[in-house]
Amino acid sequence: MSRRVVVIGAGPAGLAAAQAALAHGAEVCVLDEGERPGGQFWRHHDALTDPRLQHQWSRFERLRAVLERARVHRSTSVWRIETEGGLRVHALAGPADAAARTALTIDADALVIATGAHDRALPVPGWTLPGVTTAGAAQALAKRDGIALGRRTVVAGAGPFLLPVAASLAHVGGEVAEVVEACAAGALARGWGRAPWQLAGAAGKASELGEYLASLARHRTPYRFGQAVTRIHGDRAVEAVTVQRIDRDWRPIQGTERTVECDAVALGHGFTPRLEAAIQAGCAISAARFVTVDERQATSTDGVFAAGEVTGIAGADAALAEGAVAGFVAAGGALDDERMRGPLRARRRMHAFAERLATHEIRPGWTAWLDDDTIVCRCESVTRARIEAFSERGVAAVDTSSSRGFRLATRAGLGACQGRTCGRSVEDLVGRPLGLDRRPVLSSLRIGELAACETSPPM
Amino acid sequence: MSAPIDDVRISFEGEELSGREGQTIAGVLIAAGHRSWRTADGAERGVFCGIGVCQDCVVTVNGVESVRACQRTAVDGDEIAREAR
Repeated sequence: MSRRVVVIGAGPAGLAAAQAALAHGAEVCVLDEGERPGGQFWRHHDALTDPRLQHQWSRFERLRAVLERARVHRSTSVWRIETEGGLRVHALAGPADAAARTALTIDADALVIATGAHDRALPVPGWTLPGVTTAGAAQALAKRDGIALGRRTVVAGAGPFLLPVAASLAHVGGEVAEVVEACAAGALARGWGRAPWQLAGAAGKASELGEYLASLARHRTPYRFGQAVTRIHGDRAVEAVTVQRIDRDWRPIQGTERTVECDAVALGHGFTPRLEAAIQAGCAISAARFVTVDERQATSTDGVFAAGEVTGIAGADAALAEGAVAGFVAAGGALDDERMRGPLRARRRMHAFAERLATHEIRPGWTAWLDDDTIVCRCESVTRARIEAFSERGVAAVDTSSSRGFRLATRAGLGACQGRTCGRSVEDLVGRPLGLDRRPVLSSLRIGELAACETSPPM
Repeated sequence: MSAPIDDVRISFEGEELSGREGQTIAGVLIAAGHRSWRTADGAERGVFCGIGVCQDCVVTVNGVESVRACQRTAVDGDEIAREAR
């Protein structure tokens, strides 16, 4: 009997995993939250998406066609994974957050976790004003809905992702006032220029970068380095931002403030992996908070594999390569199979590219641009002062050996998003990891749905 | 990319809005000039993450609370109401 491989996530890693598992003769089931496959990278709507916003679209079309041979559950949220006595996945299918979605229980011989990552956006005074979004939101609204949130947007943060976001805003008719990159020009040249021969294989990346820079030039959009948006102004919505030079640790430099008028701000300071599924499956997580995998993309849990941004931020090409390896091995294939040569080579090449991304890593001085009353946890409106009061540095320090006491004392991470937005920032302020990424359920579900789940037999 | 785009009509706090078939509720609201649709701690909030993670864009849809406007495709006749938290 063929092995049943269940893939969670239908972005580049998940689709490549499904394709490779099918190629090795497995029975494949793909679960994805989106209405259409593609993940964030290939987020689209057939009628609303400007095709100029897509990259490697033909690769996507080939992968999408492969799904005809798999069982695919779209608009499906996995909320629990069992690993004892076999692998079992519990999910709910139906329109997002609807009241009565259908419960699914699926047994698997192997599981591939390809849940990706989401933007990390650092708090800044004024970031709860309407008109402030993550860079990913600006990208998703442009790609999925064909719209720009504002007329004039400042795109700010760190990393090359800011560039496609700026280009997308221009494509859907928005003006980009400037792109503000925290990494200084010198550090950028040192980080990306070192051992450039390792990047030769990632030539596609270089030409993509060229397109984005040309787009900025065409629209006369300045690209600033070593600066940050340190304050967002407005009464009921965004009216302007303060842009300031920052030092190498991202501490604002006094006297360098400029005001830029705008009605929208897109913030992106890199990405944070969506670890919920991997943590619940018992997979070992590294100190840098990524899923630990071996050369077969196997996690520390028997039968569970991981691929793509959950294992390290390395972009779509790495995700495609890792997904192919994970799916092939999950289906019972071996690494020395000649079909694995291409993916293994691509994975090596793209990991060299990923090391360059570390140039843009968040530096600890960012906390200096917060006021005491700046909201850090958006769901519960918890301020920096409240979080620091309960940190080890604060006067009312609580036992933070588990996150429970800390959450109850401050309410940070207790709201609807369960710390997905603020978790890392809270940990930066407290000065150590708190385990805020451990969550009892993987996605939000209604209590009635939970109660009804018990009656559904495994598929 | 050639599918014709029909209009979709929804109501937001009693106001009739028209968007493009296939847009999310957030997409329809923003295209109609609304950038916030919820109150939190006395201040206005709208879409933030845009990909279903942050829960800052929740609205009540046809009487069902806490629906992420950025994840739900608007359906003709949807009645959308603001939330406060």
